[in-house]
Amino acid sequence: MAAAAIETRGLTRNFGGVPALRGVDFTLAPGEAVALFGPNGAGKSTLLRLCATLLRPSSGSVKIFGADGGSGNPQVRRRTGFLSHQSFLYPDLTPMENLSFYARMFGVADPPHRVHDVIEQVGLVGWANRPVRTLSRGLEQRCALARALLHEPDLLLLDEPFTGLDVNASAILRAVLDTAHRRGAALVMTTHDVAQGLASCRRAVILARGKLVWDGAVASEARDEFERRLLAVMQQPPRAAA
Amino acid sequence: MLALLWKDLQIEFRTKETLASLLMLGLLTLLILSFAFDPMSELRGEAAPAVLWVALIFAGVLGINRSFLTERENECLQGVLLCPVDRGSIYLAKVVGNVIFMVTAQLIVGPIFVFFFNLPLSWALARLIPIVLLGLIGFAAVGSLFAAISVRTRAREVMLPLLLLPMVVPVLIGGVKASARVLAGKALGDVSQWLNLLLGFDALFLVVGWLVFEYAVEE
Repeated sequence: MAAAAIETRGLTRNFGGVPALRGVDFTLAPGEAVALFGPNGAGKSTLLRLCATLLRPSSGSVKIFGADGGSGNPQVRRRTGFLSHQSFLYPDLTPMENLSFYARMFGVADPPHRVHDVIEQVGLVGWANRPVRTLSRGLEQRCALARALLHEPDLLLLDEPFTGLDVNASAILRAVLDTAHRRGAALVMTTHDVAQGLASCRRAVILARGKLVWDGAVASEARDEFERRLLAVMQQPPRAAA
Repeated sequence: MLALLWKDLQIEFRTKETLASLLMLGLLTLLILSFAFDPMSELRGEAAPAVLWVALIFAGVLGINRSFLTERENECLQGVLLCPVDRGSIYLAKVVGNVIFMVTAQLIVGPIFVFFFNLPLSWALARLIPIVLLGLIGFAAVGSLFAAISVRTRAREVMLPLLLLPMVVPVLIGGVKASARVLAGKALGDVSQWLNLLLGFDALFLVVGWLVFEYAVEE
């Protein structure tokens, strides 16, 4: 049996003694797509950063395709694509130069060809040779998406990918995600937009105050229950710092 | 590592920020300190090695700080950390890049130093090259490590010199002592103990930096 794309057991992460995640058990099968919901400070971004190997767990474990993700394993990073709030793009370089740099860093075969492909895929052809500093937020987000897709990862981690995108760019993003998902990539997406999240994912997870409070398929019969839980979680007062 | 180095050079070719700040501070330090000594005084020649190293170190702190500020914009360092490369090689690429920038600045500052301090054009000046190079490698080895730590702090401009300058005291002592003797006409063999100090310092901090960089950049 193929190893799970993500498997966390008792995953806990503290920042200066304040817990951001508290004992999260979560499994994602290869090729599965899940939308991650929850209020601000619920631990969604922390969970993604732990899966992307940018953070080490305070306790518990995170395995990516069966390999330990807590130790910054390069093999895990080779199979993971991460789209964050920040674009990770050098403002003084053009999208073409940024993507060529990341293509070489990921050991992509035939970088010029692959860079050209992803630039076309995200609709950046007209802006490929302008410094990133001069691009709008939406165009920069498209370029960041191209960076995350460049090495054809088996697991895509997307932190609020629709933020700052107009209707056209949102449609491009959905198409790109559908293509990646059809190719067999597993997908985790955090979002505050229920409609956008459930358009791309059949499974939903709700995090609240660092704990997983709901996890299941959002078929028509479960949709009401899911929305009730999400509403209840969103109405909770924010957690005070310890 | 080559991809990282090329990216840093590409950004520098475009912005010229690191080289410009290295050059400006290096030249200003030389100019101000050269006014402190009477042009005809023998003291001027004796103080020259110390002035050279003060200019190197002050300008170097600024250059190394800048090299990590480019990684801070848009959290680019996080993007690099996501790549399936050994994090030690990210550190080594930064050290090599910083040494290249500092050596390039020295190609301009060096002749001006010779002119300001009225040093005779002799082989003694050529013998300074390995000493300066070894000193800059050690300085960049420690500086790149501490810059990676300090760049995420709020008081980064203050934090880097505070962390870095006490650590590079052996480089300063070794560099100044060896430079003074070489400028006084001694051969490189006569300053081997200072060269060995610089070599040992470089080797030690390159290995330490390569090993601990992964932890230095962790949140």
